[in-house]
Amino acid sequence: MLEVDDLHAYYGKSHILQGVSFTVGDGEIVSLLGRNGAGRSTTVKTIMGTVPPVGSIRFNGDRIDGLRPHEIARKGLGYVPEDRAIFPTLTVRENLLLGVKSTTRKGRWSMDDMFALFPLLRERADAPGGVLSGGEQQMLTICRSLMGDPALLMVDEPTEGLAPKMVALVRELLEKIAARGIAILIIEQKLTIALAICHRLYVMGHGRIVFEGNALELRADDSIRREWLEV
Amino acid sequence: MLELATVSLLNGIVYGLLLFMLTSGLTLIFSMMGVLNFAHASVFMVGAYLSYQFARWVGFWPALVIAPLACGLIGAAIERYGLRHVHKSGHVAEILFTFGLAYLIEELVTMIWGRNAVANSVPAVIDFPLFSLFGSSFPAYKGLMMAISIAMFVFLYVALKRTRIGLVIQAALTHPQMVGALGHDVPGIFVLVFAVGSALAGLAGVIGGFMLLTQPTLANAIGPIVFVVVVIGGLGSLGGALIASMLIGILQTFAVAIDYSLLDALRAAGIAVTRASPLYDFYSIKVATAAPIVPYVLLVLMLIVRPRGLMGKRDV
Ligand SMILES: Nc1ncnc2c1ncn2[C@@H]1O[C@H](COP(=O)(O)OP(=O)(O)O)[C@@H](O)[C@H]1O
Ligand SMILES: [Mg+2]
Repeated sequence: MLEVDDLHAYYGKSHILQGVSFTVGDGEIVSLLGRNGAGRSTTVKTIMGTVPPVGSIRFNGDRIDGLRPHEIARKGLGYVPEDRAIFPTLTVRENLLLGVKSTTRKGRWSMDDMFALFPLLRERADAPGGVLSGGEQQMLTICRSLMGDPALLMVDEPTEGLAPKMVALVRELLEKIAARGIAILIIEQKLTIALAICHRLYVMGHGRIVFEGNALELRADDSIRREWLEV
Repeated sequence: MLELATVSLLNGIVYGLLLFMLTSGLTLIFSMMGVLNFAHASVFMVGAYLSYQFARWVGFWPALVIAPLACGLIGAAIERYGLRHVHKSGHVAEILFTFGLAYLIEELVTMIWGRNAVANSVPAVIDFPLFSLFGSSFPAYKGLMMAISIAMFVFLYVALKRTRIGLVIQAALTHPQMVGALGHDVPGIFVLVFAVGSALAGLAGVIGGFMLLTQPTLANAIGPIVFVVVVIGGLGSLGGALIASMLIGILQTFAVAIDYSLLDALRAAGIAVTRASPLYDFYSIKVATAAPIVPYVLLVLMLIVRPRGLMGKRDV
């Protein structure tokens, strides 16, 4: 579904991504792990086209590198940024409506589905997005991207800074999404939920992929964990 | 006194509405793209000239529609073929680009219409007294200006608050990148906002052309006031721009009408001031003479007291 091959990215003169290659298959949950500054956020931003890519990115066989972000999104990529980017002055309902890409083509998910997935959104439907708590905003931003009917959802640090109860809700939400056949690329540092829900994983360090495997293999590999994950 | 106040208030409201028509587009453009468009007042001037020209060719009413539409197209072209390319080189380049554009437009206007003011007088169809108040009449064209401005704002408000595209614009004010990542064509929205903002400036030019002299220095005459309004209202805030426009419009109109000086006030308060007193010349300046500096005094005070403006979310 997603094939990233020898991807490079730059912020000004600094060479951040130095040849990143990985894949995500249909309906697969894949984790991208690594310490702060490893380049994981830059990787998804580059895939979304907000950072200019150098290298090849294919989605369902088509090259998407060089397309503009909205064109990439319309191909079926959903992106949930680490800062969540809730529209603070707009209501929860308006935030969700903005997730819909086209009013003519009906997606798999409706507003009512979102309310069913996370009933609090119904209660707060007319409140401004900015007043929600961090955890509620995280649920809202994931639901907002779902409204655009993505085939692959890329979620950057969804559990960062959340209380254990909210973490459980986010995990449950991601599992329900995956159960509907949507592929997920989840970025994490602290391994709060990634190892428990992913099928495969990659570890990044200094702008490169330094490990590829699954949760069992990572648990067995002390040296990788010590060198690239533990703080 | 009451007569003076009422007439000044009406004139102030007309002027304030005109200022808001100019600043609303500018402030929307600023908050989305982070670029202060110094050519905005030039588009206003082009609106005044185009309405003069088209009114001579096809009459006033068609001109009232054609001139703003033409300005909208000019604005769209500026964004699509100019700013979008300059954007890569950063904000300084963008600002220099809009400055250059302002000079270019001034020169073009001078080449086409000459250095002197054109006879852009109020067309006969709207030049009659609408009603009289305390013996002085309120001209119909000012009534039309008010009606057009108010209709425009109702339209803008509804478009922004009640339509899907308005929702996309509001979201792009705070998070343009996220709006793009959700599948909305943000560059396309930029062109649209630029076009609508420029069309509004053009419309303001049509009706402002009657109040001010339609000459190549028109942009320079109104430009600084527009920026003062934007800064006082708060960069990027439509509500702030409305309040600041009305405030400056009314204050300045009142100031122009006041034929007294500080000297008169001091004397009225029983303080004796003679030619020998220090700063006598300063005291004797009439408020009306000082009216043009009122906006800048407000600007300086605002920057000292509250740099983010009345309703702005960030400092200048
Ligand atoms: N906007 C930016 N401008 C310049 N450097 C950046 C920017 N964003 C991130 N970086 C740098 O790029 C590197 C990778 O950052 P990032 O992709 O955010 O890492 P991660 O998400 O894995 O923590 C870091 O060294 C960071 O300092
Ligand atoms: Mg990150």
